[in-house]
Amino acid sequence: MATTETARIPSAAMQRQRRANMRRNMFYLALIVIGLVAPFLAYPVFLMKILCFALFACSFNLLLGYAGLLSFGHAAFLATGGYVTGYLLSSYPGITPEVGILIGTLAGVALGAVFGLLAIRRQGIYFAMVTLALAQLMFFFFIQAPFTGGEDGLHGVARGHFLGFISLNDNLSMYYFVFAVFLIGFAIIQRTVHSPFGQVLKAIRENEPRAVSLGYNVDAYKLLAFVISAGLAGLAGSTKTLVFQLASLTDAHWHMSGEVILMTLLGGVGTLLGPIMGAGIVVSLQHLLAQSPLGNWVNVILGLLFVVCVLSFRSGIVGELAKSYRKNFK
Amino acid sequence: MTMIFGVPLAAFTGQLMLGLINGAFYALLSLGLAVIFGLLKIVNFAHGAMYMLGAFATLLGMQYLGINYWVSLILVPLVVGGFGMLIERFILRRISHLDHLYGLLLTFGLALIFEGTLVNFFGVSGLRYPTPELLQGGYNLGFMFLPIYRGWVLLAALVVCLGTWFIIERTRLGAYLRAGTENSALMQAFGVNVPLLITLTYGFGVALAAFAGVLAAPLYPVSPTMGSSLLIVVFAVVVIGGMGSILGSILTGLAMGLIEGLTKVYYPEAANTVIFLVMILVLMLRPAGLFGKEA
Repeated sequence: MATTETARIPSAAMQRQRRANMRRNMFYLALIVIGLVAPFLAYPVFLMKILCFALFACSFNLLLGYAGLLSFGHAAFLATGGYVTGYLLSSYPGITPEVGILIGTLAGVALGAVFGLLAIRRQGIYFAMVTLALAQLMFFFFIQAPFTGGEDGLHGVARGHFLGFISLNDNLSMYYFVFAVFLIGFAIIQRTVHSPFGQVLKAIRENEPRAVSLGYNVDAYKLLAFVISAGLAGLAGSTKTLVFQLASLTDAHWHMSGEVILMTLLGGVGTLLGPIMGAGIVVSLQHLLAQSPLGNWVNVILGLLFVVCVLSFRSGIVGELAKSYRKNFK
Repeated sequence: MTMIFGVPLAAFTGQLMLGLINGAFYALLSLGLAVIFGLLKIVNFAHGAMYMLGAFATLLGMQYLGINYWVSLILVPLVVGGFGMLIERFILRRISHLDHLYGLLLTFGLALIFEGTLVNFFGVSGLRYPTPELLQGGYNLGFMFLPIYRGWVLLAALVVCLGTWFIIERTRLGAYLRAGTENSALMQAFGVNVPLLITLTYGFGVALAAFAGVLAAPLYPVSPTMGSSLLIVVFAVVVIGGMGSILGSILTGLAMGLIEGLTKVYYPEAANTVIFLVMILVLMLRPAGLFGKEA
């Protein structure tokens, strides 16, 4: 009886917590509703591109924002997922898209395990350089490998039928498929960040020697974070290949690794929603610039954004918003 | 014809020479990175762009101002180095108190800006710079043909590398630099103008990259993207050697060039990637790097 009694009269702190959770859930629900109606308001292919890059940026953010590891080679996982899925779907017509994406994701996981094992042997600046060099190795591998189509890439990858009977050739059904993939990926990240595992990652980010002295096997935590992040980046790449029916070297180039850093930085490192917003802004910007007279200046403008972000906007858009919210309303 | 492991001697030594020259560029660039990293603790991602600017300044200086190669060799490192000092003074200094990863990101952004701007004006296909008259032609050494310009590049790069080693290890200024690397706050307390020293150091590192760019102008096609692909290889070289030792940087750079040259002879498919593979091997066997102190 005592337990029901306390449940009936919750403490003030519990009430506050419950209200905060409720607010958060309502917020997520609103975002999901926006995601569901969005394809009727904007071009679905454009939205799918944003969702793929948002998932890519979220995966990168899991590593930088929550484990404090700067990977400069995340393009390798995006490209691996894309190439593996693209190759499977165009060479083996019997494979359904969800199986193709699953295998592409697993390829990202496997590569992430190899990269991770090597890269976590060095810290900080060196970690960034090692991942960059490994990704460049993969870039050369993709140029020479027999199954990637070399400089041309893989074209005309069939979208196929989801579960064998739902055609994805229609952009609207493709959109909802991509949206579902994105939600699954985001949910994995959300759970990871708020789990005890995520708390340990944050402890490592804040003070690695302290985490070691508390008895945590820091390397194992870092490696697992790296593998999860690589797998989700692979998932993003696989899905992207399905959307555009194309896997190319652009995805493996170090510019791509730089772009995902910019998306995350712009939206807010270490915030769950920041990378999504950053991806939306960068993709929209590229889209708008490509049609304007400034089309050739995309890289220069991205570079300027980088400089501005680092100099005066380090918390990113979502980070700054959260800061001002805390200052004004709490 | 003499053969070495199934390859004609002349082809073998020729590739080895090419490798050694690539190695000289790796050495010059990784040396500059190491000098900058020592005091500023940032990895200068704009290093490749500075090398590229050096080559372009040489080319454009000749085309528009009639500056010849020999003057460029002195003038371009000074000008680009000065430009680097401005970048340090007005941009990098503002983030010097932050996590060093921000320095990497900021210089990455700068590299994108420089590269993108020049792509707009000159495209991505390479431009040619003539070999200076004095250094045209070559010698037949019997076992190989040595183009004079290649020999000159190797010599000049080695002299500059060893000169840098001498300045840092054997002069008073170098002693300040090394002391600043150990503990810059204490140095400042002793009355050394550390901010000035940092600006000069960054300028010097950038000047080394620009010098490499001048040397490269007659050798490789001059293009806006020539620096970035090279820089990634140099990063791998830096991971292999570690940034703790000046001589270590030079030796690792040359050795990696040689290994690359050898690979070109025996297994050309892997020539692009062999340095990355060496890096993987080093990470597995000696994670701190060949000359590194910390893990």
